[in-house]
Amino acid sequence: MNKDKNKKMPPNQAPMEKGKQGHPGMPGGKKMKRGAKNAGKTFARLLGYLIKGYALRIVVVLICIGLSAVASLYAADFLKELIKQIGVLVEAVKAGQPASSLNFDPIVKEIIKMIIIYVIGIISSFLFNFIMVKVSQGVLKTVREDLFSKMQRLPISYFDRNEFGNIMSRYTNDTDAIEQLIAQSIPNSVSSIVTIITSFIMMVTTSWQLTLVVIATLIIMLVVIKFVGGNSAKYFIAQQKSVGKLNGYIEEMSNGQKVVKVFNHEEQAKEDFDKLNGELCENMTKAHTFANIFMPIMANLNYLQYVIVAMVGGVLALKGMLIVPSGEAATPYVMLGIVSSFLLLSRNFSRPITMVSQQINSIVMALAGAERVFELMDEKPEADEGYITLVNAKIGENGEIIPCEEHTGIWAWHNPKAKEGEPEYIRLRGEITLEKVDFEYVEGKQVLNDISVYANPGQQIALVGATGAGKTTITNLINRFYDIADGKVRYDGININKIKKADLRRSLGVVLQEVNLFSGTIAENIRYGRMDATDEEIVAAAKLANAHDFISRLPEGYDTMLTGDGANLSQGQRQLLSIARAAIADSPVMILDEATSSIDTRTEFLVQRGMDKLMEGRTVFVIAHRLSTIRNSDVIMVMEHGEIIERGNHEDLIAKKGKYYQLYTGMFELD
Amino acid sequence: MIKKLSKSIGEYKKQTILTPIFVTLEVIFDVLIPYVMSKLLAVIENAGDPNAVTAGDPIKQILGYGGLLVVFALVALYFGAMSGRMAAISSAGFAKNLRKNMFYSVQNYSFNNIDKFSSSSLITRMTTDVNWVQMAFQMVIRIAVRAPLNLIFTLIMSFMLNAKLALVFLATIPLLAVGLLIIMKLAFPVFDKVFKNYDRLNVVVQENIRGMRVVKTYVREDEETRKFKEASGQIHKDFVKAERIVAFNNPLMNLAVYASTVLICWFGTKAVIGDATVVGGFTASELSTLITYVTQVLMSLMMLSMIFVQITIAEAPAKRICEVLDEHSDILSPENAVNEVIDGSIEFKDVNFSYKSKKDKLCLTDVDLKIESGQTIGIIGGTGSSKTTLIQLIPRLYDATEGEVKVGGVNVKEYDLKVLRDAVSVVLQKNVLFSGTIKENLRWGNENATDEEIAEACELAQAAEFINSFPDKYDTLIDQGGANVSGGQKQRLCIARALLKKPKILILDDSTSAVDTRTDALIRKGFKEYIPTTTKIIIAQRIASVQDADKIIVMEGGKVVGFGNHDELLATNEIYQEVYYSQNKGGSENE
Repeated sequence: MNKDKNKKMPPNQAPMEKGKQGHPGMPGGKKMKRGAKNAGKTFARLLGYLIKGYALRIVVVLICIGLSAVASLYAADFLKELIKQIGVLVEAVKAGQPASSLNFDPIVKEIIKMIIIYVIGIISSFLFNFIMVKVSQGVLKTVREDLFSKMQRLPISYFDRNEFGNIMSRYTNDTDAIEQLIAQSIPNSVSSIVTIITSFIMMVTTSWQLTLVVIATLIIMLVVIKFVGGNSAKYFIAQQKSVGKLNGYIEEMSNGQKVVKVFNHEEQAKEDFDKLNGELCENMTKAHTFANIFMPIMANLNYLQYVIVAMVGGVLALKGMLIVPSGEAATPYVMLGIVSSFLLLSRNFSRPITMVSQQINSIVMALAGAERVFELMDEKPEADEGYITLVNAKIGENGEIIPCEEHTGIWAWHNPKAKEGEPEYIRLRGEITLEKVDFEYVEGKQVLNDISVYANPGQQIALVGATGAGKTTITNLINRFYDIADGKVRYDGININKIKKADLRRSLGVVLQEVNLFSGTIAENIRYGRMDATDEEIVAAAKLANAHDFISRLPEGYDTMLTGDGANLSQGQRQLLSIARAAIADSPVMILDEATSSIDTRTEFLVQRGMDKLMEGRTVFVIAHRLSTIRNSDVIMVMEHGEIIERGNHEDLIAKKGKYYQLYTGMFELD
Repeated sequence: MIKKLSKSIGEYKKQTILTPIFVTLEVIFDVLIPYVMSKLLAVIENAGDPNAVTAGDPIKQILGYGGLLVVFALVALYFGAMSGRMAAISSAGFAKNLRKNMFYSVQNYSFNNIDKFSSSSLITRMTTDVNWVQMAFQMVIRIAVRAPLNLIFTLIMSFMLNAKLALVFLATIPLLAVGLLIIMKLAFPVFDKVFKNYDRLNVVVQENIRGMRVVKTYVREDEETRKFKEASGQIHKDFVKAERIVAFNNPLMNLAVYASTVLICWFGTKAVIGDATVVGGFTASELSTLITYVTQVLMSLMMLSMIFVQITIAEAPAKRICEVLDEHSDILSPENAVNEVIDGSIEFKDVNFSYKSKKDKLCLTDVDLKIESGQTIGIIGGTGSSKTTLIQLIPRLYDATEGEVKVGGVNVKEYDLKVLRDAVSVVLQKNVLFSGTIKENLRWGNENATDEEIAEACELAQAAEFINSFPDKYDTLIDQGGANVSGGQKQRLCIARALLKKPKILILDDSTSAVDTRTDALIRKGFKEYIPTTTKIIIAQRIASVQDADKIIVMEGGKVVGFGNHDELLATNEIYQEVYYSQNKGGSENE
C-alpha cells in the first residue's frame, strides 16, 4: 500500500513539493503507463460521477476555489492602495503636518476591506477542503464498488484472459490515479486558471507595459520547462526500464535463494546484481537530476522575471514613462505601489502556468487510469438467459414433487415456463450428457473435438490425459464457465443454457487442484460451501474430508484465522479444507479436478475414504493424475488433443492394451 | 537505525555533504533577493525626494541593483541546480548501496534466515521499501535543510528590516506550528486505520480475482460484493474523517499568512509614517519586502511539517530494511576449516532438530543413522514426516539442534561451507531454473563444465533426449522460473545441474515426482552404473522409486521408524506396508 499520506497538500501552497508528484522512483511505478486513448470521453464520464449526487456541492466548491484564489490575489491590489495612501501621509508629514492630525481613515478602510476579503478567503478555502473530501471520497467509493460488483458479474473467460496484476492494478494504481485527479488535479487546475485570469486582468489594468515584460519572460520560462521536462521524461523511461530489470532479477533470486545456496552461487549472483544495480543507479541519477533541478530553475527564473519587472518598472518610473491608470497621479508612491504590486502579481501569474504545465502530465496519467477502470466496467457481463431454478423438494405420497424451503437432500428443477403437459418440477437425478461438442477458447484453436459424454445418475466418470488434452475444458462447459451452442449439454434432459447459472452451479460441487481460500476463520471457509451450515455440519464435513484432525490440533481449532490464502497451512491441508467446503455444499453432482494431487499418497489413501463417501450416490466427474485413484470409476475416458481416444472401465482398458494401459504401467509420463 | 542506514552512503559522502552546502548557498541568495529588491524599490520611492540620500543617478542605481539581483538569481539558480544534481547523485547512490548491502546480506543468509523472510517480503524490502527510504533520504539532505534555513534566514532578514514588525512572526509562527501539530496528531491515527483497511480491501479483491472460480462455483458473488462494500464503506467513513481533520491545514495556513500580512501592514504603515522624516528609517519599499517574507516564512513552516510526515512514513520501510541488514547467518565456515571431503559416508548421531521459528517443536527426534559411501538410500514417509529436514542437515543447510551429523567421518560443522556443499549436491523439492539458456542453467553446477561434461550429465539425468529435440538444443532459453519446460523436464534439468558438481553425495528430494516411472527407473539405473561411488539419497513418494535401494529409511513424525531394504521393511514395517499397498493395489480394494 503506497498511499502517500501527504498527497492532500493544499493547492498552490507547496510549490517545492509539486515537482515530486509522480516523481521518478515512486513506488509502484514499475509498470509503464500508457496514455489515455479517449481522454475526452473518459473525462466526461468521470465528471458524470462527480455531478451525479454532488452537483450542488460541486458548484459550491467551484465558487469557493474561485473566491479563495481571488482573495489571495487581492493582496497585490491592497499593497498598491496601501502604498499610495502611505505616500499621501508621508508627503503630509514631510510637509510639516503634525502626526496627531493625520487622517488614517483611508488606511483603516483599506485594512478593514482587506480583512473582510481575507476572511472570505479563509472560509472558502475551508469549505472547499471540507466539502471536497466528501465529494472525492464519495466518488471513489462509488467507482470502487461499481468496479467490484461489475467484476463479480464477469465471465470466467475474462479472468483467464487477463493477468492477475492487470486486474488488481485497477483497484490500486488506477483508482489512486482517479483520486489524485479528483482531489488534486481538477481543483488545482481550476484554482490555477482562476488565478491566471484574475492576475492577468489585474496586471493589465495596473500596467500594460509591465504586463508585456511579464509575458516576454514567461515565454522564456516555458521554453525552459519544455526542455527540462522533455529530458526528464526520456531519462525517466530509461530508469523505469532498469527498475524493471533489477526487480525481475531480485524476484528471481529471492525465489531461488535456496538453490543459490545449494550451488554456492552467491558470488556470481552478487556480480550480476551489481551490474544491474549500477545501471539503475546511473539512470536514476540522470532522471532525478532533471526532476530535482526543475524546481530551483523555475523558482529562480521566477526571481529573474521579478528582477526584470522591477528594473523595467523602475527605469520607466524614473524616466516618467510608466503609464499609471487613469485617475492616478504619477507620484513616486503611486509608482512604487504599481511596481510592488506587480511583483506579487507576476509571480502569481507565472507560478500557476508552470504548475499547470506540470499538471498536464499527471492529468493524462490519471485519465489513462480512469480509462482502464471504465474498461473493466464496460466488459460484457456473464450472460444468463436461464430461467429454470433449483429448489429443495420433498416427495409426496403419490410420488409427486413438492417444493419446500428446508434442506432435504432432494432437489428438483423448477421450470416456471413449463407448457401444458410438461411437468413444472423435474427431480434432479444428476444425468449429464454432452453431445458431439466442439469447443475453442480462441478462434482457430480447437480444444475439444466431437466430444460426447454420457453420465448416468450416480456414475463416476474419470477423465485422464495430459495437460492441455481438454479435461478441464469439459468441466468448464458443464458449469457454464464457458458457453457453447444450445442443447449440446443437457442436465437431466434439460438444455443447461435454460438453467439459471447460479442454480446450475449450486447443483455442482467443485474441488479444484488450485485451492483458493479466503481470509477468515477455518469454519468460515468451510461454510463458504453453504452459508446456513451449522457448526455441527461443519465439523461433520471436516471429518468427512479427513481435515478434522489437523484442524483440532491447531491452537484455535476451527476459529484459526487464515491469512494470505491460507499460507499458514500446508498444500495438503488446504486441499483437505477445499474438500470439506465441497462436502458441506452437498451438491448432487461433483467435479473433482485433480482434487487430491497435492496430498501425499498415504494421506490420499485416508482422504480417499472420505471422498468415496462424498461421491456416494452422486454423479461425479474426476480428473486425476494418479491413476490409482480412478480405477474404480464406472467410465474412464482417455483424452488426447481434445479427443476421447479410449473409453471403458479399468478392466476393459487394461485388456485393450492401449494408451491407458501404457499410462497405467508407467510407460508414459503425464504432464 | 539511522547509523545503520547511513553506512550505505558509502562513496557518495562527498555529494551527500555538498548537497546541503549548495542548498544553504541557494537559500542565502534567495533570501537576499527581496532585501536587495527593497533597495531598488526605495530608489523609486525616493525619486521625487530631493532630501533622500541618493548617491548618483537613480537610473544607474536601479540598473546597478537590478544587475546585482540578476547575478544573485543566476547564482541561486546555479546553486539550486547543483544541489539538485548532488542530491540526485547521492540519493541514487545511497539507494544503490542500500540495495547492494541488502542483497549481499541475503546472499550470506542460511536457510534459517531465508525461512524467516518470505521471498515476496524480501522483494518488497529491496524494491519498494528502498524507494521510500531513498525519498526520505533525499528529503533530509535537501528539503529538510532548505526549509529550516529558509525560515531562519528569512526571519533574520525580517528582523534586520524592522525588528519590531518582525515580532509579528513570533506570534503567528507558534500559532501555525501548534495548529499543524494538533492536526497531525489527530489525523495520524485515523490515517493509520485507513491504510490498514485499505490493505483489507485489497485482500478481498485479491482473493476474489484469484478465486473467481470458487466464488462462481459456490454462487457467492452477491455475498462477496456485500463484503467488499462493507470494507469500502468503512474506508470511506474513516478517510472522510481523517481528511476533514487535514482540511483545516489550508485555512490555517491562510489564516497565519493573512493575519501576519494585516498586522505587518497596519504597524508597518505606522512605522513608515513615523519614520517619514527620519533619514534611513523604515520605508514603504521595505514594508513591501517584508510582506514578501511573510509567505516565505510560513511556507517554510508548512514544508517542515510535510518533511515530518514524509520521514514518518519512511520509518516503517527503514525498519524493515534494517531487519534484513541485521539478519546474520548462524551458519558460517569455521576457522581452520577442513578443506576436503574424503568420501560420501554419512552418519547421524543422536540428532534432534527443531526449526528456529518453532523452537518447542522437535522436527527430528533421536535420529541415528549410518550410511556408507556409495550406497543408494531411499527415504519414504508422509507429508510432515521431516524427510526434507533430515537431508538438509547433510550439506549443513541447517545445523542440528543436538547431536552431530558427519560426512566422510568429519562433523559437517568443521568443513569449509563451500567445500561441503560442493561435495553434497541437493536437488531441492521446490526447485527453480533461472532465466537464461539451458547451458547457463546447467553451469550453475560447474562454471567450467565443458560441453561434453554437460552432455554427459544430461544423458545421465535422461534430459539429453528432450534437450536435443529443441531447435536450439542446449542454447534454448529458459523463461523465468522455467515456465516453458514441463514439470518432468524441469526436474531432469535440475538433476543434471546437480550431477555436474560431481558430488560425493547426491540427494534427490522428491525430484522425479513428475517424471514417468520408466524414465525414473532409467535415471536410477544410470546412477548405479555411472556414479557408483557417489552416495545417493532419494526421497520419493512412489515406492517404486526406492524399492531397489540398498536401504530405505521410513520416517514418521520426525522419527526414523524403519531402516532396511525393501524386503525387510515389507515384512516388518507397518507404515511401509501401508504405503506399499496403497500404491500397488489401489485404495478401496484394500478395505
